[in-house]
Amino acid sequence: MSGILASMIDGLLIGSVYGLAAMGLSLIWGVMDVINLTHGSMIALGMFGMYLLFSATALNAYTLLLPLIAAGLILGTVVYWLAVNWVVGRSQLMSLLSTFAVNMVVIGLGTAIWSTSPYNVNFTVPGITVGEYTFTGNHICAAISAVVIALLLELFLYRTRAGKAIRAVADNRAAAELMGISSTRVLMVAFAIGIALAMASGALVSTLFPFTILSGAGYQLKSFVVTVLAGLGKPFGALIAGVLLGLLEGAVSPFIAVSWIPLIEFGLFVVVLIVFPRGIFGKATA
Amino acid sequence: MKRVFFTAFLLLLSFATTTSAQTITVGFTVSRTGALNVDSLEQYRGFELWRDTVNAAGGIKAGGNSYKVQFTSYDDESNSKRVQQLYTRMILEDKADFLFSPYSSSLTATAAIVTEQYEKIMLTTGAAEEKTYKLGNQYLFQMFAPATQYLTAALDALKSKDPKATVAFVYEDASFSVAVVTPAKAYAQQLGFNVAFAEAYAPNTTDFSAIIDKVIASKATVLLGGGHYADGSTLARQLYGHKVPLKMVTLLVAPDSPQWSELGDAAVGVIVPSQWEPQSTFKAQYGPSGADFGKAYTAKYNAPPSYESAGGYASGLILQHAIEQAGGVDTAKVAAALNSTDLTTFYGRSKFSTVASEHGLQVGHTIFLAQWQNDKSGALVKQVVWPLAGKSADLKYPIR
Repeated sequence: MSGILASMIDGLLIGSVYGLAAMGLSLIWGVMDVINLTHGSMIALGMFGMYLLFSATALNAYTLLLPLIAAGLILGTVVYWLAVNWVVGRSQLMSLLSTFAVNMVVIGLGTAIWSTSPYNVNFTVPGITVGEYTFTGNHICAAISAVVIALLLELFLYRTRAGKAIRAVADNRAAAELMGISSTRVLMVAFAIGIALAMASGALVSTLFPFTILSGAGYQLKSFVVTVLAGLGKPFGALIAGVLLGLLEGAVSPFIAVSWIPLIEFGLFVVVLIVFPRGIFGKATA
Repeated sequence: MKRVFFTAFLLLLSFATTTSAQTITVGFTVSRTGALNVDSLEQYRGFELWRDTVNAAGGIKAGGNSYKVQFTSYDDESNSKRVQQLYTRMILEDKADFLFSPYSSSLTATAAIVTEQYEKIMLTTGAAEEKTYKLGNQYLFQMFAPATQYLTAALDALKSKDPKATVAFVYEDASFSVAVVTPAKAYAQQLGFNVAFAEAYAPNTTDFSAIIDKVIASKATVLLGGGHYADGSTLARQLYGHKVPLKMVTLLVAPDSPQWSELGDAAVGVIVPSQWEPQSTFKAQYGPSGADFGKAYTAKYNAPPSYESAGGYASGLILQHAIEQAGGVDTAKVAAALNSTDLTTFYGRSKFSTVASEHGLQVGHTIFLAQWQNDKSGALVKQVVWPLAGKSADLKYPIR
């Protein structure tokens, strides 16, 4: 197997996790018009949630995603009522400040509890070796989990009444309310799902790489890039954009120093903003 | 009655002037948070143990006075901007008499600008890069052996085992690692090794997949590099996970931490250039023996000391010795005493260059190579494998 192909497969695997991380941000942004700056800290909480659950139970790490998603839904509901409900419909600066404040509280508490030392989830799934290259089982499982969660979200949004209500509120909140949909409840559910997705992606990342309470920031930045690439409010598009971003990383890394990759990514980000201001999937699904 | 009081007063006065208890303040920052957290805390523990030992013995005795040691210390968050603010604060507001460096070459370079500006002595530990000592500084004294020595020892060891090895350098893009790897690459070529791949990575890298794919493609059989704990431990874990067929892995700093054993099988065989190891058998002219230091450290922290801890403690010892030699805490006199220091402690020999172009550079201390190996019971332990004269076990090559 050639180095380029191996690198692209690695990119594909990690790209699906980027995509899942971005789906939560995209959902909240698209439905609520709120730029959720708690996203990074919620990803970090997902990492520590996985660490604590795995340490306590020693169960298969990927089965622990279910309780973590449930915890994410509860946490998302709490954060919504504490910090978001008050600012929905007001200027975006208000929601930025409000979610940033929550982010700082979580980071502060997390630093006090766990410091900024790196933690690991010591769970290993045997990998697949092709020639000289080995693809770790954790990467493969994380990618599969990300795609399954993304598909379940898509099914929820397009095959359930609650999902339909979320899409209705995203399209036209006033019209949805006239149809008897409680927009407050729908927004709460959308926010809770967004947080649960962020925590799930953090939990998956924790099975791949070491992490600290500050680790979510890097994934939050990537999530912004992916969300803008996909177009706001296009959760499944975010998954595909994440995979594309991972593939791009894999395809270029054999030819340039890895430290140049962010430059390429953000260069692409600017190009997409100019050429496709509504995102790659903006028109197709609008 | 008056005579009795007068005599008592004179006695008290003479006692006060001969053995008056005073306090010296030593300032430094610790990276309690941020990427350097693990290594920096190890260094701090060395400082702390030295202070407690000195104070328990009545303080530093110099010029008829007894000086208790107190610290002024802040969290620098592994951030050089904080270092600049905090070293200024410790000098101007906290009135620190002497300073220890923060952990890492890059933070120390920032702190040195401040300490030199205010003509304050700073003993640097955890700061091996030479550049800072070649800027004409007068009050900076380096405890670590310089960065150029770190990987040359590993290359010498490799030459003895496999003179035709193919080498890859994968290292953190930070001042210390670059200062180590740049001369090491040239030395590897000088020794006749094929340097097949060299790439620096960003300090906060957690995903090494792309770099590992390049190492595999380069057909390298030996990897040297790393940086600090967070990135080094991640790199080792992922090299193992990707089953990269390497015969030797030498990483900077990270494998010296006792936490390294938590990596399990990924830790086995990894070599670390070390400033000090518990197996070191230097005959201390001053201060505790290595065994006594190790015992006291383990009793206090319930963990074995790393070379960062030993460097921290030794910094205190060297400062203490210089204050004693100077007969007080006058900066000029203590600096002169440090300039003439040539002392062996449990940590090894310490001697500072007095050549104007490299004043304060460490010229007495040398590097060890330690390798993580399984002992007879299967437990992971660090063994000194180089230089051969001081080895506690043979170098395991290839690793697997």
